Amino acid sequence: MKPLFSQGPSAASRVMSLGAVALILILLSTYTTLLDPLRARLASLTSPFYSVVNAPGDAISWAQDSLRSRQLLQRENGAMEAELLIHKRKLQQMASLAAENVRLRQLLNSAEMVKDRVLVAELIGISPDPLTHRVIVNKGLQHGVYLGQPLLDAAGLMGQVVEVSDYTSQVLLITDATHALPVQINRNGVRAVAEGIGDLYQLKLRHLANTVDVREGDLLVSSGLGQRFPVGYPVAKVVSVVHDPGKPFARVVARPEAQLNRSRHVLLVFSEAHSEAPAEAQ
Amino acid sequence: MSTAKPHNRIVILMTFLVALLLAIFPIGSANGWLRPEFVPMLVIYWVMVMPQQSSIFSLWCLGCVLDLLEGVALGQHAMALMVVAYVCLLSYQRIRNYTLWHQTFIVFVIIGLHQLVDNWVHSLQGNAAQSLVFLLPAFASALMWPVVWLFLEKLRVSYRVS
Repeated sequence: MKPLFSQGPSAASRVMSLGAVALILILLSTYTTLLDPLRARLASLTSPFYSVVNAPGDAISWAQDSLRSRQLLQRENGAMEAELLIHKRKLQQMASLAAENVRLRQLLNSAEMVKDRVLVAELIGISPDPLTHRVIVNKGLQHGVYLGQPLLDAAGLMGQVVEVSDYTSQVLLITDATHALPVQINRNGVRAVAEGIGDLYQLKLRHLANTVDVREGDLLVSSGLGQRFPVGYPVAKVVSVVHDPGKPFARVVARPEAQLNRSRHVLLVFSEAHSEAPAEAQ
Repeated sequence: MSTAKPHNRIVILMTFLVALLLAIFPIGSANGWLRPEFVPMLVIYWVMVMPQQSSIFSLWCLGCVLDLLEGVALGQHAMALMVVAYVCLLSYQRIRNYTLWHQTFIVFVIIGLHQLVDNWVHSLQGNAAQSLVFLLPAFASALMWPVVWLFLEKLRVSYRVS
C-alpha cells in the first residue's frame, strides 16, 4: 500500500535524477575514456551470463560430436588429411620464398618481416545489439591479450580487441559502423580505407577516386599503415565497383573474407611491439 | 525491487535474471531486430503492479548490468529504463484498467520510447540505425506482451507477490 505520508523524494523525482546520472555516464563513456578501467573491471561479471546462454548450443554441438558415426569420422579424417597435405605442400614453397624475401629485404636494407605469434581463442558471445558488431572471446589479461590486438579467423581479419577483462575480451568486428582499417589492393598495392557500415557482409572503401584501378574480385589485404593490424592478412574481396560520373568518388563495396557470423575458433595475433606474450602463445 | 515481503524480492529478481538471459540469448544476426525487449517489458509489468514498492535505484543498476552485458555505452539502458519507469509511474492507474489488447498498444508506445532513447545514444557514437527499423523490437515486444502478461500474472498469483 502507498503510505499516507511518504518519506524521501517521490518516485518520479528519483527517476529524473537517476536519468540525469545515466545521461552523464553516457556522455562520459562516449566522449572520454574515464570509465574504461571500471568497465574492464566489471566486464568479468558478464561471463557467467554468457556461459549460461551458450549452454544449450554447447550441449547440442557436444552431442553432435560424440554421436557421430564411425563412417562419417573416417570420411572427415580423410578429407582433413588431404587438406593438410595441400597446405604442407604450399608451406614447403613458403619456406624458400620467405628465405628469399628476407635476403631481398636485406639487399634493400629494409626491416625484416617478423613472424607473428598467435593465440587460439574461442568465441563465447555475440553482442545481442543489432547496431553493434562485437563478439566476446574467452581470452583476457591473464593470457596476455592487450587493447587493439587484432583477431583473425582461418580466412581473414575479423576485428580488434576493444575491451579486456581478466579472462575474456570484447572484440569490435571490422564491419561495425564505427570501425575502419587501412587496406591495400593485393593486385597493385593501391591503398584505401575499408570501413564498416553495420552490415556483416559489406565493407565500403572510402574516398577512392573514379580513376583508381580497382576491379571486382580484387583481394584487399591489410596494409599495416595504421600501426594496429599486421601487414598482409586478407580482409575482403571487392564485389562491386560503381563509377557514378556525378560523384567525386567511386562506390566500392567489398565482402569480408573472414566468416564473421560463423567462426567459432579464432586467432589473436601478437605483434612485435607486444612480444612479451605468455608461454601459451605459439 | 519490492520491500514488502522478503520472498517478493526473490521472485522479482528471478524474473529479471531470466529476462537478462533472454536479452543475450544468441538468435542469429539476421533476426537481431526481432528480439522482444524483455527487460523493459518486465519493468512495465512490475511498476504497473507495484508502483509504490518499486525501487528505482535497483532498476537503474539493472540497466547498467544490461549495458555491460550488451557491451554498449554505460548508462544507455539505465537511461532508457528510467524513461520507461517514468511513463509507467505516471500512467499505471490507467494501464492497469485497460484490456489486454489495449495494453499491447501501450506497450508498443512505451517500448518505442525506449528504442528512441537507445537509438539516440547509438547515434552519439556514430552507429545509428539507418531507418525506422529500430522500432521493430517494439513491435515484437507488443506481440509478446499477452504471453508475458499472462505468464507473470500466473506467477504473481501462485507466489502471492503483492
